[in-house]
Amino acid sequence: MIVEAGHYALVLALALSLVQSVVPVFGAKLADPRLMGVAGSTAVAQFAFTLFAFGALTVAYVVSDFSVVNVFENSHSQKPLLYKITGVWGNHEGSMLLWVLILSLFSALVAIFGANLPLPLRSLVLAVQGWVAAAFYVFILATSNPFLRIAVPPIEGRDLNPVLQDIGLAVHPPLLYLGYVGFSISFSFAIAALIEGRISAAWARWVRPWTLLAWIFLTLGIAMGSYWAYYELGWGGWWFWDPVENASLMPWLAGTALLHSAVVMEKRNALKVWTILLAILAFSLSLLGTFLVRSGVLTSVHAFATDPTRGVFILAILCVFIGGSLALYSWRAPQLAQGGLFAPVSREGALVLNNLLLTTACATVFVGTLYPLALETLTGEKISVGAPFFNLTFGPLFVPLLLAVPFGPLLAWKRGDVLGAAQRLLAAGVCALLALALVLAWTRGGAALAPLAIALAVFVIIGALSDLIEKAGALRLAPLVSLRRAAGLPRSTWGTAFAHAGLGVALLGIVCESTWNTERIAAVTAGETVTVAGYQARLESVVQRQGPNYREQVARFSIQYDGVQLGELTPSKRTFSARGSATTEAALLTRGASQLYISLGDQNADGSISVRIYHKPLVLLIWFGTILMAFGGVLSLSDRRLRVGAPKPARANRPLQAAE
Amino acid sequence: MTMPWRRLIRCLTIAWVIASSSLAFAVQPDEIMRDPAQEVRARALSRELRCMVCQNQSIDDSDAPLARDLRLLVRERIGAGDSDGQVIDFLTARYGVFVLLKPRFQAQTLLLWLLPPVALGIGAALLLLAVRRRGRAMSGNESAPLSFEEQGRLAELIDDKGFSSSHQAADGPRDPSITKV
Repeated sequence: MIVEAGHYALVLALALSLVQSVVPVFGAKLADPRLMGVAGSTAVAQFAFTLFAFGALTVAYVVSDFSVVNVFENSHSQKPLLYKITGVWGNHEGSMLLWVLILSLFSALVAIFGANLPLPLRSLVLAVQGWVAAAFYVFILATSNPFLRIAVPPIEGRDLNPVLQDIGLAVHPPLLYLGYVGFSISFSFAIAALIEGRISAAWARWVRPWTLLAWIFLTLGIAMGSYWAYYELGWGGWWFWDPVENASLMPWLAGTALLHSAVVMEKRNALKVWTILLAILAFSLSLLGTFLVRSGVLTSVHAFATDPTRGVFILAILCVFIGGSLALYSWRAPQLAQGGLFAPVSREGALVLNNLLLTTACATVFVGTLYPLALETLTGEKISVGAPFFNLTFGPLFVPLLLAVPFGPLLAWKRGDVLGAAQRLLAAGVCALLALALVLAWTRGGAALAPLAIALAVFVIIGALSDLIEKAGALRLAPLVSLRRAAGLPRSTWGTAFAHAGLGVALLGIVCESTWNTERIAAVTAGETVTVAGYQARLESVVQRQGPNYREQVARFSIQYDGVQLGELTPSKRTFSARGSATTEAALLTRGASQLYISLGDQNADGSISVRIYHKPLVLLIWFGTILMAFGGVLSLSDRRLRVGAPKPARANRPLQAAE
Repeated sequence: MTMPWRRLIRCLTIAWVIASSSLAFAVQPDEIMRDPAQEVRARALSRELRCMVCQNQSIDDSDAPLARDLRLLVRERIGAGDSDGQVIDFLTARYGVFVLLKPRFQAQTLLLWLLPPVALGIGAALLLLAVRRRGRAMSGNESAPLSFEEQGRLAELIDDKGFSSSHQAADGPRDPSITKV
């Protein structure tokens, strides 16, 4: 019964989204506040109904109602409760339901917190959200309905793909979707501005925090997915330049560019037309990512051609929204007023350079991901584009970007002074050269690029800190005064410093891991010891264990370093009875930011077991850096200027520390 | 996007794993070559070659039986004294360019390889044009720099309004450069 109620709620949500798509547009056209007001209430009601539908599906999973096809195909009564719940979005239908749930959540948030937006703008934004939502409700109901029943319900379900039965899966897709779908807000604002034909001050103040919010989630989602792949898939890689990963990297690159150009627009009222284009692109790439993964086109062009219902549907959505918004853009954008002027060397100029490099990087990933598909569709010829291509093309674009990062915040708006900025970065430059010399001396004749990359990372980190030190006047003023000044700096300044430093930290991790990771592959029997990078891993025993819905073979390794016992690692291999499939559970020993990583292979005929042992120096910095970046975003989001909606003049004699 | 990253990617692999009813991992201990230098070459080459039944995995990463066959083939060629280029040519002749994760620079891949530099070039050229146009507009429109007296008055005005603390905070405390322009 509850399943049917959920199904019906989804139909009602579709109906509401149709109302939300049409009525407010007429309201804005006729300047009728009552018609425009409809947008807010439909958005909130739509969210409530979608939440109910999602709840209904979750209940079906929790009680293991195998009369529902979706539950039967993706769940099992013996599965732990956590994975019953996460299984809701661990499949196509459920993940699309999560997609629209988050979309309607964002619409509801605009409706609730948008009270200080001009009514016509708010209602147009919500109407555009309604269009997107309606398209996806129809998609779900027509091709991917999670509420369908089976006439003769089976006793047991087929279980969730065991690779997905992991805490990483619980967190990764919702985070990623919050990021993807969050860009729909910037998109809707862009379309609303194009329809209205003007960009108001309220527009600029709104778009940046929403973009920032989406960007934070997307950053965390990508990092989470990468860490999940690292420990779950058992071969120690954390980024594979796989189309599925690229599909999330593209919106991230476009979103990062959007974030920076939105700063220019907010502060200096420049780059308006470009910001609108980026907002459209960021969400279009999110839609493209959804298409790539959901249509099955990546598996094979032929699979797509043989069962095209879903794929063609999403492709149609893609064409309508991307084509439509770009057409609208080319029609209306020339009428938008151009913004303020600035010299090439200025904060604005630096942000434009950032945009140029990020969008080129995004275009590189785009062409690399789609070229094989396009070539095969057009000529039938099959080529592969993999990691070696991306490393060769993407890497060089990021080097100038990273070099420029520390300069940006040190340049003044309108007209900057490179020499002055360079002087202030002297300390960072010296540190970078020191790092270069140290690493060169330490490795002597090793990889030539790695020391340079480390120097670059150090330059980025110290450069980000120099900006804070400079702005707090730490070297010029008394310590107490400069501390007060540091506390009084706007949080967005702190946010910038954290995010930029995080970039450097992540680079440091990437370089160290990929240059100096050591690997041993061996067949070992109990009592044998394998040595990797000074760590001695001794296999104590191999035992069988029974889990809730799997059997596992567990190897116990005791780890020593320099004769000191560090602990035990228990990598395992799980066999899931329902699907007859298996997963490797790597075991990790963390020391500082470095990790020892053991994954199990097959048991051999002679009783020995194959193991892969890695030592990955500073590997955790990769994710620590990403979290720093996201934290910088959070700091910037909490900036007073963004919270209050409009900058207010400070009261006279206000003490500095209260300015927060 | 969607579900977990690797799910789709590894689906095929998992299908293979089920088919071969054991979860092996990529390089097996018995594959490793005796000469460490040759093994390093084999691993490096393996990373450039695609496992053709997998989704975008190199044969170095893949658990599929075909990937193992290819890894052994690479090692066999290296053992027979082939150079890296000869190994790649041998595999391309057998399996076509599909096996190369780094596509060759040829007619069909021209757009693929040239797009990044061309996009960067066009972007930079457009920017330069805009800069020159704006530079002219800026020198035309903008008033002359403030004189010393004007700067003094401006500072007074700012102080009167009590703006100084918050405004400076908004742009960072040091930023007198704006008034100097």
